[in-house]
Amino acid sequence: MFTSDVVMREETLIDGRTGKWEIIIGLEVHAQVTTLSKLFSGAATAFGAEPNTQVSPVDAGFPGMLPVINEIAVEKAVKTGLGLNAVINQVSVFDRKNYFYADLPSGYQISQYTQPIVGKGRMVLDMADGSTREVGVTRLHLEQDAGKSLHDQHKTLTFVDLNRAGVPLMEIVSEPDMRTAEEAGAYLKKLRSILRYLGTCDGNMEEGSMRCDCNVSVRRPGEPLGTRNEIKNVNSIRFVMQAIEIEARRQIEILEDGGVIKQETRLFDPNRGETRAMRSKEEAHDYRYFPDPDLLPLVLDPAMIERVKASMPELPDAKKARFIADFKLSPYDAGVLVAEQSTAHFFEQVAQGRDAKLAANWVTGDLFGALNKLGVGIEASPISADGLGGLIDLIADNTISGKIAKDVFAAMLETGKSAGDIVESQGLRQVTDTGAIEKSIDEILAAHTDKVSEYRSGKDKLFGFFVGQVMKATAGKANPAMLNDLLRKKLAP
Amino acid sequence: MSDFTDLTLATARAGLAAKKFSAVELTQAHVTAIEQNRALNAFITETPDKALAMAKASDERLARGEGGVLEGLPIAIKDLFCTKDILTTAASHILDGFNPPYESTITQKLWDAGANCLGKLNLDEFAMGSSNMTSHYGPVINPWTKPGDNRQLVPGGSSGGSAASVAARLALAATGTDTGGSIRQPAGFCGIVGLKPTYGRCSRWGVVAFASSLDQAGPMTRTVEDAAIMLGVMAGHDPKDSTSAPMPVPDFKAALTGDIRGLRVGIPKEYRVDGMPAEIEALWQQGIDWLKDAGATPVEISLPMTKHALPTYYIIAPAEASANLSRYDGVRFGLRVPGASLDEMYENTRAAGFGAEVKRRVLIGAYVLSAGYYDAYYLKAQRLRTLIAKDFEQAFEKCDVILTPTAPSAAFAIGEKMDDPLAMYLNDVFTVPVNLAGLPGMSIPAGLSADGLPLGLQIIGRAFDEETMIRVAGVLESAATFTAKPYSSLAGRA
Repeated sequence: MFTSDVVMREETLIDGRTGKWEIIIGLEVHAQVTTLSKLFSGAATAFGAEPNTQVSPVDAGFPGMLPVINEIAVEKAVKTGLGLNAVINQVSVFDRKNYFYADLPSGYQISQYTQPIVGKGRMVLDMADGSTREVGVTRLHLEQDAGKSLHDQHKTLTFVDLNRAGVPLMEIVSEPDMRTAEEAGAYLKKLRSILRYLGTCDGNMEEGSMRCDCNVSVRRPGEPLGTRNEIKNVNSIRFVMQAIEIEARRQIEILEDGGVIKQETRLFDPNRGETRAMRSKEEAHDYRYFPDPDLLPLVLDPAMIERVKASMPELPDAKKARFIADFKLSPYDAGVLVAEQSTAHFFEQVAQGRDAKLAANWVTGDLFGALNKLGVGIEASPISADGLGGLIDLIADNTISGKIAKDVFAAMLETGKSAGDIVESQGLRQVTDTGAIEKSIDEILAAHTDKVSEYRSGKDKLFGFFVGQVMKATAGKANPAMLNDLLRKKLAP
Repeated sequence: MSDFTDLTLATARAGLAAKKFSAVELTQAHVTAIEQNRALNAFITETPDKALAMAKASDERLARGEGGVLEGLPIAIKDLFCTKDILTTAASHILDGFNPPYESTITQKLWDAGANCLGKLNLDEFAMGSSNMTSHYGPVINPWTKPGDNRQLVPGGSSGGSAASVAARLALAATGTDTGGSIRQPAGFCGIVGLKPTYGRCSRWGVVAFASSLDQAGPMTRTVEDAAIMLGVMAGHDPKDSTSAPMPVPDFKAALTGDIRGLRVGIPKEYRVDGMPAEIEALWQQGIDWLKDAGATPVEISLPMTKHALPTYYIIAPAEASANLSRYDGVRFGLRVPGASLDEMYENTRAAGFGAEVKRRVLIGAYVLSAGYYDAYYLKAQRLRTLIAKDFEQAFEKCDVILTPTAPSAAFAIGEKMDDPLAMYLNDVFTVPVNLAGLPGMSIPAGLSADGLPLGLQIIGRAFDEETMIRVAGVLESAATFTAKPYSSLAGRA
């Protein structure tokens, strides 16, 4: 059940004491479906409400209560499936997964076992070097979340908050197609990006609306797959990458010491930088899955699937390809710009009718830097797309130089004024009057006759010195191209 | 008027409409009858104040010329239906003190139609049983006894309190639920009419679940007409129950035309089971003859998979029950027996809260679903269930209704069959296949045994064709003229 047809790549191998190892990674992501109400009841799903204020008798497992499927959650699962290039199963079945726990009110979780709503799909990962990898998606199924046990509220008692009980989740299972922690990170980033584009999950890992279980095993290159361990409920991309590295190292050490890997479920402790056994295979639950007799098989209306298809937004991969083709951006820049829909939208507004390359540089360079410093997203950018466009226009029509533009940008951030206003009020308009520049050059050359001789006798490097001096004299406002041009002529022997 | 309690839903409603008596008078007569017959143990919770208050409101509506189909009619509710702010127990210790914050769809429909609530009726614990012996609140006593033999008899189960209360004239009608025969078998044992509708005809929302794919609520009355009237109120699509059918509700009462000429009545040859008393065999033949006399044509049909029905049922029903009953864990409602850990609390609570039969079925259910046994038991049972349903489908190509005995025996004595669960399970041999196929079935009192106990005949209809079934039942009822009453042993009777 743990096979993979990914070709071995030498560069993904890691060194152990006794040779090279390959890490095999598969991820199971629980993504909370963005809905106003729960998967099988009308109770609200908002995050952060007072404990047990968003619970219907259905969620609390009261006698005689029955589940009714939330059609919005179904549509969003279908939408996500389409976004993952996956097979949509027109008939799927809800099963009961039986186990006892205080925060599982019915004593079973309604999930999908043998017949999920979405079947095989695939995702393209964008790696940091601009390359891509393809990872298979095994399935996506709908299930309800459990409640939350609060062990820290009382000395001896556990409190239970059922607000989360019944919240709709999509469990998205990948094929074991990843070979490095970076790939796992890229998978999660890409998945989150797709989910956000689709509006089917907010992808917020801190609030728990996206959680990840990592299946990790190691093997010698070319050998059969090793025994895997599952690291449960890791709640950030950084931790996922750390947990995989640490778990792979742990397994390699055991194997190199002649030991064997026991199949078990483990927990990642980021504070201690280790994974710890939670339960072994022998202790694994027998969930006694069987079809939930309270719910008929879920039969999708083909018209609904068509409607969802028609409502699909342009997804990151298509957008990236378009940016590369239309704007001649590098795959890396394009990848960065499409990761978030709002960034892509912002960029397109800036690039509209302008030099796209320049627009990309400003967005990914100065703007991202500034937003990072401010700790805000692009939605809260103090400089609007039009504002940044205005700045780029001033560079394009030679009103200011690229260098001055940096100062103008800083002033825009600070004052919220437009680039034009800043340039005017601070007199930053660059000098494009040949006479004025010539005059300034003449003055500088006259003041540095020794350097002029040195230059003419072959010390080319001094050219920069003269540029600097003229710029200084013009407060940086001399048009750099014109300055270079005129200076070269004047210095010519 | 001392014979208030002998009225039917139809005649009582007509009496109220004609202002011959008030709803309060009618209800008071039943409240008194309940008080006088507590020895039957038919009720777990009596709600006389509520009944009388509702009756008073009914009288006001009636005075204004308003009122629903069941306006002012006192009925009683099997204690498996959740009733808002009224103790709901499923006859289990584990639901101690449980007052639901909601009203089941069915009871709400009954109150909306004007019916008054006399109380909550005893049953087998979680509706698991055929004798009403498994109730935490003690057995219900069948109001019938054999003449000259004062041994107490079981009323059947699981709707034993419902059948006993209607037979003993403690309520004009009662609700029941039927998972494997729990309406029809006690109706047969107590000499009343019990109707299990097609699966999906009545909402299960707010009914404590036993086996979700088999459970179906239905009316228990003294006449076929009353069953038709009450079913009309109970039936209908409920968006809160995903398994309830989005079908219109026909006028079931209008189906009582008395005309069954040309109708084909299927007689399944496999239902002549070994060891069935000759008198039941004879009654069955009598039923066939009555229908023939009325112009119907008996046809022999074959239901070969029937022999697998009981084992199939005793895998599927416990499997579903084992999951349905997991919610009784002491965490949120009902009984909690503390323990040193969560697991210990579960163990203590469930050990103390569930009776032996419930435990047996939960264990069987967990077993047949467990890894390594699922295919051999649960999956195989599901396949058999499909075949059993197909049997009926094929049979209904040759006939319009099917006639069988309701149960292979008359009511037995309290304490009998208790040491042999398998013998107890055999009670449901004729009724269980109907649930597995999701079909409607009803039991009609058709005669008395040599011992003087009531015997029932079962009519099975096509899915969602309760009307034909009711039409045949009406004819059978007229032919049988079952007028015997269990009066002699009852208090407050001459």
